[in-house]
Amino acid sequence: MNEKIIKFVQGNEACVEAALYAGLNFFAGYPITPSTEIAETLSARLPQTGGKFVQMEDEIASMCAIIGASLTGNKVMTATSGPGFSLMQEALGYAVMAEIPCVIVNVQRGGPSTGNPTHVSQGDVNQARWGTHGDHAIITLTASNHQDVFSITVDAFNMAETYRTPVILLFDEVIGHMRERLVMPEKGELPLVERLKTSVKRGVDYHPYLPREDGRLPMSDFGGIHRYNVTGLFHDMWGFPSSDPAIVHGLLRHLADKIMNNENSIARYKEYFLEDARTILISYGSSARSALHVVKNRRARGESLGLLELQTLWPFPADIVREKCEDAKCVIVVEMNMGQVLQQVKAAVDNPEKVFLANRIDGVLINPTDIRNIMRLIQGKGV
Amino acid sequence: MAIKDYIRERFFPHMWCPGCGHGIVLNGLIRAVEELGINKNDIVMVSGIGCSSRISGYLDFHTLHTIHGRALPFATGIKMSRPELNLLVPMGDGDALAIGGNHFIHAARRNIDMTAIVMNNRIYGMTGGQYSPLSGYGTLATTAPYTNIDHSFDVVKLAAAAGATFVARSTAYHVQQLTDVIKQAITHKGFSVVEILSQCPTYFGRKNKEGSAVDMMERMKDITTPIGSKAKKENPDLIERGVFVNEDKPEYCSEYNKIIERAMKGN
Ligand SMILES: Cc1ncc(C[n+]2csc(CCOP(=O)(O)OP(=O)(O)O)c2C)c(N)n1
Ligand code: SF4
Ligand SMILES: [Mg+2]
Repeated sequence: MNEKIIKFVQGNEACVEAALYAGLNFFAGYPITPSTEIAETLSARLPQTGGKFVQMEDEIASMCAIIGASLTGNKVMTATSGPGFSLMQEALGYAVMAEIPCVIVNVQRGGPSTGNPTHVSQGDVNQARWGTHGDHAIITLTASNHQDVFSITVDAFNMAETYRTPVILLFDEVIGHMRERLVMPEKGELPLVERLKTSVKRGVDYHPYLPREDGRLPMSDFGGIHRYNVTGLFHDMWGFPSSDPAIVHGLLRHLADKIMNNENSIARYKEYFLEDARTILISYGSSARSALHVVKNRRARGESLGLLELQTLWPFPADIVREKCEDAKCVIVVEMNMGQVLQQVKAAVDNPEKVFLANRIDGVLINPTDIRNIMRLIQGKGV
Repeated sequence: MAIKDYIRERFFPHMWCPGCGHGIVLNGLIRAVEELGINKNDIVMVSGIGCSSRISGYLDFHTLHTIHGRALPFATGIKMSRPELNLLVPMGDGDALAIGGNHFIHAARRNIDMTAIVMNNRIYGMTGGQYSPLSGYGTLATTAPYTNIDHSFDVVKLAAAAGATFVARSTAYHVQQLTDVIKQAITHKGFSVVEILSQCPTYFGRKNKEGSAVDMMERMKDITTPIGSKAKKENPDLIERGVFVNEDKPEYCSEYNKIIERAMKGN
């Protein structure tokens, strides 16, 4: 067996390694802390394998450029943080509507506005869900350590291709900048999903927006052997604009159903000591590291505490959360915002009154002591 | 090939008002492509949002109808991926120079090989006649009921200053010239800008009492003149038509290929 390559890298670099592993060959971006290392690293790495990197004039242009590049058959990505993510929303909705695979990394910092550029936050969970206008479904993934950043980034590319959709990677400043060990998976170790291409031959009428029986839409590389139209307007199977109510209704349902009906296959999570846990912490991203610390510590002292670490935030894995929390007396959501995942957990469980929030919103990583203190308050013990 | 071989009949009738200048641009563009003998399969047309941007749907090329003002960055992603394709990017005056103004100057600055066609009717046609950055001081629009106090861009000067390596202007009246400059723009390697004065009889014409579409076109003949003409010297207010800039400068995609070569060699 080959010796595995081990690297000591930032989370942002782990994301880059994974994107390249997944086959990334086009990146467009605009610098913003704390995501900039992704652009910097890719500007050097992509051309080494014939890929392309471009620094656009803003995040709007970056998002548009990756959509164009994806259509021609590339695997594409952009990376940003809160202010840039806000600018991307209109074009992100275009990718939803036109069903164009792409990956958008948001390394979260404090907001609103310019907020707290160099400090951590998890305040963009709801923006990832509802940042662009109109009814739609979206996939959003996250991770709490660099090994998982790697595998979830590969998952993001795979899901973008499987569901023909933008996928958002919602990391945070701590994950992005922290240095940690990364064991590089070997070629073939993680499965990769390649683009589903049409088998329609040159000269035969190709319907870019006619789903197969399984709901998937085989693509023809734009600029290739089939000429067709792509638009952000509601459209028929040829990609021509239509306001026919049946077409509008059908397309909107298709866009939502292709993701919502696969909620369980899209769900990624990790569980620690859940079997007999009476108190369950639910967390994600860098706050899950502190939550895990608390859980391990308390377990060693015999307390029945467990952790459910979410890696898929959208579509929210409500069934899994309900099931896992069924027997718990108390559920505590640990996050660095004012309760964005808390709302979802409350809506998912049978008894919302048993769900509490342990949070920090001051740009400082929530630490195990914070969580322990909040737990004491919840349990009525005082700090 | 006949005109009809370039259009998508399934998509007709078109949505433009009778007398709209955009249809003339469509016609001139098809003629240009036909005369150049470019295969339809080698042309990608990317447009934004507006009456003008609907032109892409009517043409049997690879067509991408995007969002308002952003056609050029979408086109940049495509061109960088497939540099061998011909990129045509028709835009409205608002599309290209208000919401899309930043992308316009940056695409010009990069000198990426594509043809930007600004269909300038000096108004927001699609949304019903609001003033655009090209309406001009003293004009009327639904959002300038007293009078417009915004000054206009000069598209030609702006494009040239931003770095476009081919810049031309014509009008919907001068069909022959229109076709000719589009042909030159497509053949040029680098970022090409063609401004075409087009008429919107429905909004600009009506608001500014310029009469019918025919009257508006007559007016284009009267207010324009070939570059450097004697008439221009006598009447500096005349708008010049013709090719203003045609120069060689390293093109973005070719330059990026050199970057790839260097990166692959490890220097
Ligand atoms: C982000 C955004 N803002 C506003 C609009 C509304 N809108 C659509 S077309 C248009 C202006 C069209 O004017 P122009 O680009 O000059 O094209 P024309 O219709 O005159 O050909 C506007 C403001 C939009 N579609 N998207
Ligand atoms: S509103 Fe004006 S620009 Fe739009 S189609 Fe009618 S005439 Fe043409
Ligand atoms: Mg206009």
